[in-house]
Amino acid sequence: MEKLLARAAEVADEAEVYWVSRQDTPVLFEANRLKSLENRDTSGLALRIIKNGRLGHSSTNNTEDVDGLIARVLETVPFGAEAKLEMPSTQSYPHVDVYDPQVESISFDDMVQLGQSLIDGIRSRFSEVLCEARIGKSLGKMRLINSRGCDVSYKKTSFGVSVEGSLIRDTDMLFVGEGRASCRLNKDLAPIISDVLEQLELGQEIVTAPSGDVPIIFTPRGVASILVWPLMAALNGKTLLQGASPLEGKLGQRVLAEGFSLWDDPTTPYASGSRLCDDEGVPSRPLPLINKGVLSNFLYDLQTAGQARKASTGSASRSLGSLPAPSSSVILVGEGDVAYKDMLSDVKEGIIIDRLLGAGQSNILGGDFKANVLLGYKIEKGRIVGRVKNTMVSGNVYEILNDLRGVGSEAKWVWGYLKAPHIYCGKISVATSN
Amino acid sequence: MRELIENALKGHRADYIEIRIEESQSTHIGYRGRELEDIAITSGRGGNVRAAFKGGWGFACFNDLSNLRDKVSQAVQQARMVGKEKTQLVPIETVVAVVPPEVTKDPGRIPLAEKKALTDQYCDALWSVPGIQTSSTSYGDGRKHIYFGNSEGAYIEQESVDVVLHISAVARDGGDVQQTSLSLGSNGDYGSIEGLHKEAEEIARKAVNLLKAPQIQGGEYTVILDPVLAGVFIHEAFGHLSEADHVYEDQRLKDIMLLGKRFGGPHLNVIDGAAIPGLRGSYMYDSEGVPSSHTYLIREGVLVGRLHSRETAAKMGESPTGNARAISYNFPPIVRMTNTFIEPGEASLDDLLAEVKDGIYAANWFGGMTSMEMFTFSSGESYRIRNGRIAETVRSVMLSGNLFSTLHNLDAVANDLSFNQGGGCGKGGQFPLPVSNGSPHIRIRNCLVGGS
Repeated sequence: MEKLLARAAEVADEAEVYWVSRQDTPVLFEANRLKSLENRDTSGLALRIIKNGRLGHSSTNNTEDVDGLIARVLETVPFGAEAKLEMPSTQSYPHVDVYDPQVESISFDDMVQLGQSLIDGIRSRFSEVLCEARIGKSLGKMRLINSRGCDVSYKKTSFGVSVEGSLIRDTDMLFVGEGRASCRLNKDLAPIISDVLEQLELGQEIVTAPSGDVPIIFTPRGVASILVWPLMAALNGKTLLQGASPLEGKLGQRVLAEGFSLWDDPTTPYASGSRLCDDEGVPSRPLPLINKGVLSNFLYDLQTAGQARKASTGSASRSLGSLPAPSSSVILVGEGDVAYKDMLSDVKEGIIIDRLLGAGQSNILGGDFKANVLLGYKIEKGRIVGRVKNTMVSGNVYEILNDLRGVGSEAKWVWGYLKAPHIYCGKISVATSN
Repeated sequence: MRELIENALKGHRADYIEIRIEESQSTHIGYRGRELEDIAITSGRGGNVRAAFKGGWGFACFNDLSNLRDKVSQAVQQARMVGKEKTQLVPIETVVAVVPPEVTKDPGRIPLAEKKALTDQYCDALWSVPGIQTSSTSYGDGRKHIYFGNSEGAYIEQESVDVVLHISAVARDGGDVQQTSLSLGSNGDYGSIEGLHKEAEEIARKAVNLLKAPQIQGGEYTVILDPVLAGVFIHEAFGHLSEADHVYEDQRLKDIMLLGKRFGGPHLNVIDGAAIPGLRGSYMYDSEGVPSSHTYLIREGVLVGRLHSRETAAKMGESPTGNARAISYNFPPIVRMTNTFIEPGEASLDDLLAEVKDGIYAANWFGGMTSMEMFTFSSGESYRIRNGRIAETVRSVMLSGNLFSTLHNLDAVANDLSFNQGGGCGKGGQFPLPVSNGSPHIRIRNCLVGGS
């Protein structure tokens, strides 16, 4: 890496070398049985330079191909975007817990055992369920050096357990699932099993969905599947620079109901998206995005920050083949003070959204969504009476989050990247076919 | 390379082993708004080994190609830890072949400056339309050389060249943001993405016009889909469920997807096939070395076939179709679609429209997803149909359906088959896999439409 940087620095004004490697070893179950063991060992190098005020970029996963990398970066740089960034020099970084040696040492046999217990736990109550499960561990390493003296590296473990179950009766297909991931080893399967069993139980009875505008409760998974993504797109510095963010010009103003708060916090201990610095070497820090309904920050990487005349928020994320771009790391939705059961008992007739299908196909930027309900339930007189299907919901995230009736008092992790409570809102538009 | 692969394969205790080595180079040019955001040339090299032992699989992928033999041993050892039953793979003829890429106008021979100039021009075309807030224009091409060998003696080298262009325009009025897009792709023809200046302008104009368009009320409508959206519809509504890996271990699903069962009217014929030359999902051999085919999935409304890997074909006692595909060396092959289409009928679009008093004409695609039984797909643009004619523009719609009713409600198929080459399909984390979808105009009664 040093050699590559030195050679690149000779032909460019500034240079940065980014190296990543990752070893993934998942154990996969299909149709309730162990199906395969995999081992993925991948690594690669990316070179970014600034020359005559322009950005050049190239990458490879053939780490011996230094000459090719330099030749290609020099080929692209005359056409590159105008560089608005200054690479960071030596920095001091926070301590962020993202490594657990126990993840590295867990054996295949133990992982197989976990997967089997997970499936057995679910089938002990619903023997007809067909499960696919994945128990995976990974070790990722990253190092970044640049011509201004920045040299940062870290290693991170990840351990994930997920299961998807399908239950088919006549022509009805019920899909359930839950997963969890963090940097730490966690062998406690009970919360996953009980969550899946609850979905199966509530899904037994199919009922006709209410139609028209009805009150709605989003489960933490529901919050993740629809409410958060349009906001993250609007909060992205890149969207803002393009003039496509509906939040433009509203910094410091109240944009959502007071009960709603949202942070991006890459320093969260052991969360999957946590890290001590971003993918440009800028130190991590917790970043409030929406504080009690008030817009407090947008996400920037170095380039977009330079364009907007702001400072990077340490939000750069990159895959090997592309330039860094602003992105969230660990999304935290603030807790409120309403217990889930109190939300339920407040609803005369309404629905609960747990998972949606096709939510990303709508006009995300404007906050509009339309989606099929993949898993959702009907509430009648404060009680869940059954599962709804062949039902579409539509609405606008900004309108929904300005019409808050309550924010749950207990936030839950959705995978390893987002933690959110239940959210109860005034109305959503429901269409159903019989 | 052949010798390297053959030597690494020798002398392991497994039922089946395959090795895949991949070399690739790709170019990407991306604009956000009028500004060039990313221009990069990426090269890649990697490989994988897949091994089967008593029905269990081991898989290893890597960038470091040294000690290939050790990687084979690792995959074999993993398979041996899993396997307790019996490896079942449908027998196929052992192929030794070198397949050159199908290239009409090779993007690899076009200078980077020329590719950038073309992308620039499309950007200018978009921005010639007043009212555009932002846009995204992206060009990509890639060349892949794959070396494949297995323990049965097969050795296949295949090279492919892919070109894609994606243009989208965003118009905004206060908090109201509307987006339109165009995606095109080709198997080896740079020419297919040239000369689209008018189309780019049109995309921008449509985005601006959408701001003025009304939303329609959600509910059930008669809809007519244009060939692009109808192609997405058949891919999502039916295609995924014809992938045998969803079915082969699931007795209940096998009962539902029984060959001979009726899924639609006698006017409905659905085909998938990589053997049709010149389309984006076309190839000679799949990622297991099985020759591509041309498979009827639905013939005259009746389920007659499905898509297979060697394992699913063996386990279901059906013929292989050559549909096992891996998007890259990072993944094992899984059952995928290739070029999926509805065969044309005899009616014209006017015939389809004539019988609709009040309905929706939905064209172009924005996206699509399926959960098997239920699916959604959304249009790029939509119009109201009034008294047999296409009338005013309405906001893009999302259509949703159910496998068991929507195909029965498909009551008319026009005669104007065309293919959309811009699609990328996702499954099991492998996205975007080059596929094409095709269809003539089709009409669906009682289709659930998400509204305002």
